Amino acid sequence: MNLDLKKLKLRSVNEKLQNIDRKKNKRDFVISNPEGNHAICAGLTENIEVTIKGHVGYYCAGMNQNANIVVDGNVGTGVAENMMSGKVHVKGNASQSAGATAHGGTLIIDGDTSSRCGISMKGIDIIVKGSVGHMSAFMAQSGNLVVFGNAGEALGDSLYETNIYVKGKVKSLGADCEEKKMDKKHKSKLKELLKKAGSNIKPDQFKRYGSARKLYNFNIDNVSNY
Amino acid sequence: MCGIVGIYLKSKKFEKSLGGMLSKMLVSMESRGPDSAGFAIYNSDKNKTYKYSICLNEMSFEKFKKEIKKKVKFSSIEKNSDHIILKSIEKPNKILPILESYEKISLVGYGKSIEIFKQVGSPSNVVKKFNLDNFSGTHAIGHTRMATESAITTNGSHPYSTGEDECLVHNGSLSNHNNLRRKLKKNGSKFNSENDTEVAAGYISDSLKNRNLKQTLKKGLNELDGFYTFIAGTHSGFAVLRDEIACKPAVIAETKDYVAICSEFQAMAHMPNVNNAKIFEPEPGIVYSWGK
Repeated sequence: MNLDLKKLKLRSVNEKLQNIDRKKNKRDFVISNPEGNHAICAGLTENIEVTIKGHVGYYCAGMNQNANIVVDGNVGTGVAENMMSGKVHVKGNASQSAGATAHGGTLIIDGDTSSRCGISMKGIDIIVKGSVGHMSAFMAQSGNLVVFGNAGEALGDSLYETNIYVKGKVKSLGADCEEKKMDKKHKSKLKELLKKAGSNIKPDQFKRYGSARKLYNFNIDNVSNY
Repeated sequence: MCGIVGIYLKSKKFEKSLGGMLSKMLVSMESRGPDSAGFAIYNSDKNKTYKYSICLNEMSFEKFKKEIKKKVKFSSIEKNSDHIILKSIEKPNKILPILESYEKISLVGYGKSIEIFKQVGSPSNVVKKFNLDNFSGTHAIGHTRMATESAITTNGSHPYSTGEDECLVHNGSLSNHNNLRRKLKKNGSKFNSENDTEVAAGYISDSLKNRNLKQTLKKGLNELDGFYTFIAGTHSGFAVLRDEIACKPAVIAETKDYVAICSEFQAMAHMPNVNNAKIFEPEPGIVYSWGK
């Protein structure tokens, strides 16, 4: 079913996708002419397929549950922010705060993301085939961030238990983030994530970064790092 | 908030539609800045004539025209809503003191190619008021303001121009503008408002005396403290700079015919062939420039 945002109001398109009639068998939707609108496909809850043809604005696919959303273009700030489950695939680049605070699901970005990718992520798997900007995975709590390209300044600052895998160069690590040993379990998890993103790259080519766990509790000796 | 927009034309193809394209951008950025709007449009006449952009405020056009006739030789004086464009071959160092002697009016910009119009009200009203759709030119910059640190007035609206053919629009806020204003005043700069962006514009104009625009903005990274995405215009083009934290957005689209920059992509969704453009975000702390 085609939904043309030149003819339909954004709110009516989102309402339609948020209130899917389970008895009917319509599960495939295409949104055309998104023209940079904000909050397209926010708050979807059903297992449906949506393809957005073009560039979109902020908070695309925010709070997603179960839906499989493909963006054939670039996305603005906060794509898939607070996603719970499902899958979001961006074929272009993403702006800042991609996958912010998301609890679950998978976010795949074919291009680059700008700053703060995966900020405060809480369980989502984010796979970026390009590079990520500064302060990525800031205060990230759980889940995985995989980066095929390079990472900007202060990667993983104040990190909790997210695993970060980077194939390229890391400009600098943030406070309490350090390079970690890649164990068997990490390699097999990374292999599974790479497969999800349709990539044949070997897990050995990545380095793993995680929390040094020194800033978990307040310690006066660490005051300059807080 | 605030919305900033700009178009630099690489080919002559769209010169006649520049005003129309910028107008759509400004209207689209109304949600980011509903308090006031303004634009600077560059159209080089390639002669020695200077264009003085003046906001009349409460002064009547007839009265001003009558008085200025006695003091200044000018080739034309055109009224556009509450603004006028005074064209004269007389140099700024002669004209500016005369214009400054009028307390009621505000000089909003001057130069050989720049014309500036800005006013309080919603961007859609402002572009209609000045008939922006009918303007042509080589490049243009615009701004929609959500006022934060100073009053909603014409003098508080962007773009700010403090030098010949120079202008600046700004999304963000500066924290060291009072100190910097004091310093610049000592060096002879003049300011008409309490606004932070006017200080940045004054800083750029002051620094441009010894450097080019790219070097000036680079130096500004160390001296302007705060959040910003700037678009700075000169007679030949414009430059873009984001601070190193890069909280304030910007997206650039480049085709063989034009460069467009906006706070959000939706403001440029109407641009010709934009879906095939090279679209990217300017990286923090890096100066991007087009033109000479």
